Amino acid sequence: MGAPKKSAARVSVSEDHDELVRVPLQAILLADSFTTKFRPITLERPKVLLPLVNVPMINYTLTWLESAGVEEVFVFCCAHSKQVINYLEKSEWLSQPNFTVTTIESQNSVSAGDALRVIYERNVIQGDFVLISGDTVSNMSLTQALLEHKERKKKDSKAVMTMVIKRSKTNPAIHQSRLGTDEIFMAIDPNTKQLLYYEDKADYSKGTLHLENSLLADNPSLSLHHDKQDCYIDICSPEVLSLFTDNFDYQHLRRHFVKGLLVDDIMGYQIFVHEIRSDYAARIDNFRSYDTVSKDIIHRWTYPLVPDIMNIGNTATKLERQGIYRGSEISQSQSAVIGPFTVIGSGTKIGNNTKILKSVVGEGCKIGSNVLIEGCYIWDNVTIEDGCKLRHAIVCDGVIMKSGSVLEPGVVLSFKVVVGQGFVVPAYSHVSLLQQPIEEDSDEELEYADSTSAITSTVDKTDGVIASKVLDTHFIPASELGFGGVGYVWPKCEGGHEEEWRHSVAPITEDKILEAVKAMEDELELIHDGKNLPLSGELIPNSNDDSDDDDNDDSRDDFDKEVEATFLRAVHENIQENHLTLEVNSLKLSYNKIAADCAGALFYAMMKYAVDMPHSSADSLVQNVEAILTKWKKVLTSYLNDMDEQIEVILKFEEMCLESAKEYAPLFTKILHYMYNEDIIEEDAILSWEDEKKDADESDRVFVKQAQKLIQWLKEAPEEDDDEDE
Amino acid sequence: MPDVHSLVNDFVNQLKKRKIEGSQATAKQAAELLRSVISQQRVPQTNQATALINAVRAVGEKLIAANPVELAVGNIVRRVLHIIREEDLSLATAAIAGLELSPGSDDEDDVERDDYPVLSAAAVAAAARSTLRPPSLQTLLEDTPISAANPHTSSSGGDSEGKSRSVDKSSRGRKLKHDVIEAVNELIQDISTCYEQIAEQAVEHIHQNEVILTLGSSKTVLEFLCAAKEKKRSFKVFVAEGAPRYQGHLLAKELASRGLQTTVITDSAVFAMISRVNMVIVGAHAVMANGGIIAPVGLNMVALAAERHAVPFVVLAGSHKLCPLYPHNPEVLLNELRSPSELLDFGEFSDCMDSASGGGSLHVVNPTFDYVPPKLVSLFITDTGGHNPSYMYRLIADYYSADDLVVKRRPATGS
Repeated sequence: MGAPKKSAARVSVSEDHDELVRVPLQAILLADSFTTKFRPITLERPKVLLPLVNVPMINYTLTWLESAGVEEVFVFCCAHSKQVINYLEKSEWLSQPNFTVTTIESQNSVSAGDALRVIYERNVIQGDFVLISGDTVSNMSLTQALLEHKERKKKDSKAVMTMVIKRSKTNPAIHQSRLGTDEIFMAIDPNTKQLLYYEDKADYSKGTLHLENSLLADNPSLSLHHDKQDCYIDICSPEVLSLFTDNFDYQHLRRHFVKGLLVDDIMGYQIFVHEIRSDYAARIDNFRSYDTVSKDIIHRWTYPLVPDIMNIGNTATKLERQGIYRGSEISQSQSAVIGPFTVIGSGTKIGNNTKILKSVVGEGCKIGSNVLIEGCYIWDNVTIEDGCKLRHAIVCDGVIMKSGSVLEPGVVLSFKVVVGQGFVVPAYSHVSLLQQPIEEDSDEELEYADSTSAITSTVDKTDGVIASKVLDTHFIPASELGFGGVGYVWPKCEGGHEEEWRHSVAPITEDKILEAVKAMEDELELIHDGKNLPLSGELIPNSNDDSDDDDNDDSRDDFDKEVEATFLRAVHENIQENHLTLEVNSLKLSYNKIAADCAGALFYAMMKYAVDMPHSSADSLVQNVEAILTKWKKVLTSYLNDMDEQIEVILKFEEMCLESAKEYAPLFTKILHYMYNEDIIEEDAILSWEDEKKDADESDRVFVKQAQKLIQWLKEAPEEDDDEDE
Repeated sequence: MPDVHSLVNDFVNQLKKRKIEGSQATAKQAAELLRSVISQQRVPQTNQATALINAVRAVGEKLIAANPVELAVGNIVRRVLHIIREEDLSLATAAIAGLELSPGSDDEDDVERDDYPVLSAAAVAAAARSTLRPPSLQTLLEDTPISAANPHTSSSGGDSEGKSRSVDKSSRGRKLKHDVIEAVNELIQDISTCYEQIAEQAVEHIHQNEVILTLGSSKTVLEFLCAAKEKKRSFKVFVAEGAPRYQGHLLAKELASRGLQTTVITDSAVFAMISRVNMVIVGAHAVMANGGIIAPVGLNMVALAAERHAVPFVVLAGSHKLCPLYPHNPEVLLNELRSPSELLDFGEFSDCMDSASGGGSLHVVNPTFDYVPPKLVSLFITDTGGHNPSYMYRLIADYYSADDLVVKRRPATGS
């Protein structure tokens, strides 16, 4: 550690001496995502060269880096490195003034960690650098973030990294962001913006999140967010590279490096966040984010990185009304309909009565008559014959769809696949000319397994083998895609099947969401536990809960429910009274309630339980109530120190009689009297309750009347007492 | 040469990334760039004008394509082309006038030309001098493309003209370039001083105790109002804030700091306030050939309100904003849709745009410009004085050649 630390320190010192401007701002662009989520497409072309709204992704990243003032970019190529390098050589990027792009090639890197280690060995990074992967679209201004990073660095050399985050609400039902990535939980110090906790794989089955005690003890304040999106744009100090070299087991930037730094507290290094508000930044992680980011680009959130301004490849795209982008030399039939928010690449031909809605069509495509294309991403030189129907699919270069064939939502057709006449490709299927590599269990497994390196390397090797076999497989007429079809439908892997709908381009269907909500609720039911912070209450929006509950419960809030659940568990599991009190107390604190609320909720829970217990007649119901009240009297009375709290209980009881548990209506006085006898309710409370109700409506006074006798008796009794006293 | 090339690329990049804001800055930079293009362009012995025109066109085409919405770039390119043509013409007429005395050996060369034998050289020179009258200018300029389009005939003519004139020619070539650069310098000067020239006229338009309304921020408007203030006029200014960029706030701040009585109102309050206003003074992004203007979004609404209450709607525009094109579908084709993030916070609305779970029905449209038709504009104040919208075509004829309206090399090289 000594040597790299020293050199790092020297760099920072020299920075202080020199003008800050003189150190060129460098960036490392990882032109490999080191995942397999874009398979089967990425077997043939690297992800960074896949067209995003008709422009290869890497252009967005490079354009942004250039406009953000980065002067030197190192493009790290790994898989399909030749393709990336060839592309860059043909493009204008290598000949820009004030913006040098250098490629670094490495065949045996299998993770971001390896990549950074290779770059460290090359010793090309001199100062702070931007770490980004080649599939990131952004228009943010780096100035502020850089400034903050440098300031922090000056004050404390341990601040090695600034992560860029953006607020983006997640879908509460399926814990997934718009981009199809998992919900991320972050704990951030609101004052210093230090990142204290990062969890992108929260365990929802428990519905809990575990923070280290020390986290809460060491930091006076921290805010926990679950609506932040990680933009995967990091401003790093040179130390980051040496950290990767020292900890040679670090593979993944977030899972290993960030978490490692946060949890293991290596040398006291700290990570900070920079939140962007009006700027846009997003990384394309999977097909879902490909869809979302494409739409954001079409809706111009990424301005000026939009099709009509980018103009890569000398074909001018014009924006027309309703967000239709049109390239040049499009021949379109009069009867063809192009819907809003659609992009049509130049040189494309569109036949009669064809409808194209919310889609992106590449250059040089031939689309026949009576074709329906909705929500699709069609790349270059695709032939779609008459009468085809495509919904929410990705169709790569050179695909031929014979007449009448249908793509159901979520289909991915890789390069040069031919779909046979009238063939229906089932939803979420991946079709490629290459067969699925066998070693792979599932995308997710590979992504998160610790033995990432081993698996990926074997897969990469097979990639090479398979690629060489392409020609062979090409001539085998595959019957899998109907008559005349060419290509293999990849079998769905068992583990991955559940994830398909999450990550595909197709919109998530209603029933999937309902299913997810239901599954989550079931799980939460099982583990409802008052000891933990009731995260469930925050994670499930109320609307979802309510729909499953009785209508009567609409007005009740989460707190009441939690108390009821706690009480029921106490009854079933024979938990001691004082433990129950403890749990209710913790709920009271976490929901910021007062004793009266607790008393009301607890009382409600007891009465509800009594009603729910089997009872044959009114008398047995009263017996139930009496039994329960007697048993849990201590718990209840611990919240009934005050008259207000007792009144709250009476009011609650009244409310129950009127609404949720009408069985109690005739027994109101009886139970009230019982409670009086048991000293749960004092007479003052009853009297003042009656007093409060004096001016109420007639309908509200039903129970006052019913209890009139008791009240009368009470009024007389104290007088006697007084008399005696006197 | 590579130096100019990189300069051009740099400027194209900046235009593409929308890094240059404001038509004045753009116009100035474009003019400076074209000046260096001209100064570095090697001029052949003959047809210096054609060579220069082609060079400027080649660059101009790139610049216009980089940001077709920024009309000032195209204007400057056309202005420079016009300057080259004019300088060439005045040199040519001077030369012809000088050659008039020499023997008629020229006549055999000029047989192919239709007009020259008919027109005496003196007449051409006279016509060239009276360039201010558009019709005559037009007829004169129609001659140049013929000579430009037939390089062979004129070069052969140059050869046959013999050694006596070759010395003349080379000096003339240098002189043309020199003259053009001089004229472009003048143009740059004009662009940078257009504020003052417009502001000078302020006292004639703003009277004591008037109420002026403006929207958004324009440097020209600021200078104009301040000039009136300096002349001891006291008046009130209403500034509509100009959502979504709220540049009106900046203008209001600036005005207030210079001691003007300023009131900020929302854009939506314009109609309510317009009846109290004596004059609307606004800046424009571009003035089209028909007298309509491309202006910051919201101004069409202001213009309509002003028309409703018969309040004069005055547009301040430097002559570099004068565009010789007629607007076709300006709301779409001459507009620029900017990022929706200027309107609303992405984080807050991100769930409305989650197309995956069916919530993706929120669209945000953020146009930059409005088109105000000529009938709503009462007066243009340019650096050459006040003009009616219907007079714009004449100004345009002064500043531009009809041949340059389409800045593309194809027609020039194709002939």
